[in-house]
Amino acid sequence: MTDMQLISLTVNGDEHTLAVESRRTLVDVLRHDLGYTGTHVGCEHGICGACTVLLDGQPVRACLIFGVQADGCEVRTVEGLADGDELSDLQQAFSRCHALQCGFCTPGFLMLAEAYLAEKDGRPADEAEVREVVAANLCRCTGYQGIVEAVCSVAADRAKASG
Amino acid sequence: MIGARLPRKEDARLVRGLGRFADDTDRPGQLWMRVIRSTVAHGRVRSIDAPAAIAVFTAKDVPDLRIPVRLKVQGVDLSDFLQPVLATEVRYVGEPVAVVLADDPYAAEDAAEQVSVDIEELEPVVTATKAHAAADFSLGYGDVATAFETAAEIVELDFTIGRHSAVPLEPRGLLAVPDPVTGAVEIFGMTKVPVYNKAVLARMLEIDETLIHGRAMDAGGGFGVRGEFYPEDFLVPWLARKLRRPVKWIEDRAEHLVATNHSRQQRHRICAAFDETGRILGLRDDVMHDNGAYCRTHGIIVPELTLAMLPGPYRVPAYAGHITVALTNKTPCGTYRSPGRFEGTSAREQLLDVAADRLGIDRVELRRRNLLTAAELPHARAMSTLGTDVVLDTADYPGLLAKAVAEADRLGYRSEVDSARAGGRLAGLGVAMFLEKSGLGPQDTADVLVSGTGAVHVHTGGTSLGQGIETAMAQIAADELGVDPEIVHVVNGDTDLQPYGGGSWASRSTVVSGGAVQAAAAAVRERAIEIAARILAVTPDKLECGGGVIRVADSPGAEVSLAEVVRACQPTGDQLRPGEPAGLSARRRFEVEHMTYPYGVHIAVVEVDPGTAGVRVLRYLVAYEVGRAVNPTMVEGQLVGGVAQGVGGALLEEFTYDEAGQPQSVTFMDYRLPTAAEVPHVDVLVTEDAPAPGNPLGVRGAGEGGLSAAGGALAGAVRDALGLDDSVEVLPMTADRVRLLMERDK
Ligand code: FES
Ligand code: FES
Repeated sequence: MTDMQLISLTVNGDEHTLAVESRRTLVDVLRHDLGYTGTHVGCEHGICGACTVLLDGQPVRACLIFGVQADGCEVRTVEGLADGDELSDLQQAFSRCHALQCGFCTPGFLMLAEAYLAEKDGRPADEAEVREVVAANLCRCTGYQGIVEAVCSVAADRAKASG
Repeated sequence: MIGARLPRKEDARLVRGLGRFADDTDRPGQLWMRVIRSTVAHGRVRSIDAPAAIAVFTAKDVPDLRIPVRLKVQGVDLSDFLQPVLATEVRYVGEPVAVVLADDPYAAEDAAEQVSVDIEELEPVVTATKAHAAADFSLGYGDVATAFETAAEIVELDFTIGRHSAVPLEPRGLLAVPDPVTGAVEIFGMTKVPVYNKAVLARMLEIDETLIHGRAMDAGGGFGVRGEFYPEDFLVPWLARKLRRPVKWIEDRAEHLVATNHSRQQRHRICAAFDETGRILGLRDDVMHDNGAYCRTHGIIVPELTLAMLPGPYRVPAYAGHITVALTNKTPCGTYRSPGRFEGTSAREQLLDVAADRLGIDRVELRRRNLLTAAELPHARAMSTLGTDVVLDTADYPGLLAKAVAEADRLGYRSEVDSARAGGRLAGLGVAMFLEKSGLGPQDTADVLVSGTGAVHVHTGGTSLGQGIETAMAQIAADELGVDPEIVHVVNGDTDLQPYGGGSWASRSTVVSGGAVQAAAAAVRERAIEIAARILAVTPDKLECGGGVIRVADSPGAEVSLAEVVRACQPTGDQLRPGEPAGLSARRRFEVEHMTYPYGVHIAVVEVDPGTAGVRVLRYLVAYEVGRAVNPTMVEGQLVGGVAQGVGGALLEEFTYDEAGQPQSVTFMDYRLPTAAEVPHVDVLVTEDAPAPGNPLGVRGAGEGGLSAAGGALAGAVRDALGLDDSVEVLPMTADRVRLLMERDK
């Protein structure tokens, strides 16, 4: 407990200041110190992607970085996707396309897809590319089909919306 | 409602990150447990030492208990091979030898590192042989010797299936919260067979089972391995009660890969006798099953299912299956989705492919000739499995095979292979057929009650492992009561709310728990009509249920809502007669006589890269007879998800060990789960041509069929791509092995 650091981070728009051990991973800070349990831990070695969050807009494995590294950063987690009771287009698409079964991997895929779609900035979807992006995370239940479909459908809708 | 593609009730919380998984619950003052595991495959613990400040518990501190077998098989006594809760003689790398506790998980890991475990190493056994048999048994019927004597063609092969596991994405986890006053303990995270596990735990703790309350939770996938009774399932509540503090344990992935049940590893010497027209006269299989270090909760059910299901949907007049269950110094085994069937189907379908070539008969035609026809069903085989006789129920196996082949042709599977080959590529097509089993009884129980707002509450014995059972049960209850599924609230796996639940495994819950929900909902409807008849002053036969109200048929406006009915039969209500129980609720039990047997066909197109010897799956079709689909989208989802695991098992996933018994697959870098890049788009053809006769819904389970024939179909496709004369011999067909096959046939 000797090596404590004071950090500040913004999670889904809310500011938090807290003391953490230097070795404490960001995912533990989010889940256990701040109560954002929507972000999940599946492997703690950077392969499964269940812990994916957005750090200043970039998707990161929250199990592979330390809380102190997020000092001063803006974090987005799955809890920040819905607008009150209104699910985001991506969340709705996941449910519509049966992109989840147990739902354990879902927060990670949602955040990964959110970052991808932001990067695409309204350009239309290309299924092969979506599959490649989705291949960054593991899902043991769905066979990925619904996930790919959900991301493609939101990309198409956003492309249409942005004309 | 039944048959509707309703969105899942689970999704709203899960897409928000508001699910409740094992690690999402904490209690003030909780201690974190860390398990200290053996680092050698076989040895005797000499000493375990720790600095005085560290709370460590070893075998001498805990009761000397072994974990019982949940599923007894063929009367075989396995009591000599059960796993202790903490070991003094270690038998695999990863076996728990001690635990430490601390206020936080980081501190618990630090503490564990300061504990030194001295183990005297003994010679490990890493290969299954008859010499290390825990059990040895046969299943079969008919005169096999004569079948082989009179055969026109005998085909024999050796087929090995690697060691796999379910690897759900959520590792195991438990939180036990004791009540120091009553001695009760509340447990979070015991999803799968909580009622059974509660009874086991009560016996081990020597307390009354009503003192244990298993709470309903979300679970991040199960597929057989999660929720069985493991050493931790005793240690966590035992420590919580002893220390009078909440104790939590969350497994990490490194632990999971060596501690949670493995499965599958088998070697088949399978042999079939054919007459000159290609009809099977007899089938023999001699199987060596590597069960790892102990017989865990599943005992030897996987070996039994392997043998009992091996003849599949075919007409096999004489059959002799024999299996040796060998113990080795590896992680112990249990079931993994499609246990015994993935293995047996892979071996049998590969045998049929080789036989077709030898006999000069088309692969599909050979299968068609040997499938049991609708007229031959039901078909009893003189065997039993899971404690029930094998009686195949109504089906149309040849019909589904024809449909599947036609669908694959329509989708251009064959032409894709032809054009790939014309372009000089190594493409091939595989076809495999399977028989599954589902709806294991003997019974399940459900409670249905209506509360004051008219909301319907269902407490089932099924548990939610991510398969969508909450939605399926809501659809069944809504259908029976004529209400919107939106207002049906389903609680699965709470042992106080449903103390008789059978749990979710063996593709049983929609069939058996669903039957119980239907029966309980029907009883509630009947009672609601009785009360409504009193309110409306008509006879019950004039009333109908629908849209949340009970109305007089053909008399608009004469109706009462379910909520009004509930109020009328409260203790203070005006319709309750003396001696009648208050409230609107019913508990019902549903029993099945036999399992129901779904079946299906897998067709795969693959391409082998001549340079890397890597196999790519280009096309994949699953045709599946489900009897009746409660929610077709969820059925398709189960099949597609199963295929992904099948691709993993056929091409990528394997736990390997070195000669010292050290596991070589200890991270997701070595145990390779398929990603979206390896799993193809899956075409699905779900049929409802053969409603199951054994339950009023007519449903068959859908949990395993996406996986059962994946090994067989992909092996067939690789064999076809490489133009092999013999079998592919081993699953998974990793690039190294495919290269050997390419060289073998040169
Ligand atoms: S938990 Fe972070 S990648 Fe798996
Ligand atoms: S839905 Fe279960 S791991 Fe993806």
